[in-house]
Amino acid sequence: MFKFFEPNKIFAITSKAPKYVLFLFIIVLTIGLNEALILSPEDYKQSDAVRIMYVHVPAAWISLGIFSSLALLSVGSFVFKNKNFALIAKSLAPSGFIFNIIALVTGSIWGKPTWGTWWAWDARITSMLILALFYGMYLLAWRIYDDKEQVIKVTSLIAILGVVNVPIIKFSVDWWNTLHQPASINILSTNTAIHSSMLVPLGIMTAAFALFSLLIFLMKYNTELIKVKNKGLDRL
Amino acid sequence: MINEIISMNGYGSYVWSAFSFTLISFTALYFVTKLQLSKEQKRFVSKFGSLNAEKAIAARSQNINREILSNTSNI
Repeated sequence: MFKFFEPNKIFAITSKAPKYVLFLFIIVLTIGLNEALILSPEDYKQSDAVRIMYVHVPAAWISLGIFSSLALLSVGSFVFKNKNFALIAKSLAPSGFIFNIIALVTGSIWGKPTWGTWWAWDARITSMLILALFYGMYLLAWRIYDDKEQVIKVTSLIAILGVVNVPIIKFSVDWWNTLHQPASINILSTNTAIHSSMLVPLGIMTAAFALFSLLIFLMKYNTELIKVKNKGLDRL
Repeated sequence: MINEIISMNGYGSYVWSAFSFTLISFTALYFVTKLQLSKEQKRFVSKFGSLNAEKAIAARSQNINREILSNTSNI
């Protein structure tokens, strides 16, 4: 079932794709920045501070999405005994971590003009910080352990334990009284609290961020495959 | 117009620092990842170059090795 996705078969695609993805990312990001910083309207309450949403929200969404993928891939690598899943997860983690840090920092910058503080030990913010710690542990584990079997077990355990935090982040604004506002967009419903003039730039910036994480994933995955092949040359 | 975009009704420092932090993080991650990739490619080329003829033929028989070499021909 997974033979089609074997590294030997897909390297021809993954090695050539980054330049096209980079080109597409630059185009989408340029359109997104133009929409987010110039064309989109200011908010009636938050004024121009609302523009921080166009980097904060996509970064948070993608960091959560990537961590959920890490957990799924970890389960997959256990169930199907496929090491390629672990390699894909390892290649996804750096961009997920960076997006998590961007969400925390831009959230903190947004907090100052809207809440009057850079930081609050609020349920949403604290749970996002915990996610960053899980990302940090995951990346650190790949650096610390040399034994391949052991590192796959440890990183899978971190990803599976950490994914428990994902629904906590999502529902923290409903379960507790928080400074953070509740979700404005529900993908399961057509009702959204955001006007289309703000929703469109948000969508474009999300697409740009997703393309960037794809670009980093492809480059990182190629690096990991070449590392494996370098070890293969040693064994010849 | 330009002044309005820069000042953002007094929120310019917050908005521009958030966007700058994001773009600087993107640039840093892109170049670090690119550097790691090119380092591994160089290592592969140098290891491949040190193989004897028989081992080089065996290594070249794998599609992925040929792909890596074709992608690193400009290094």
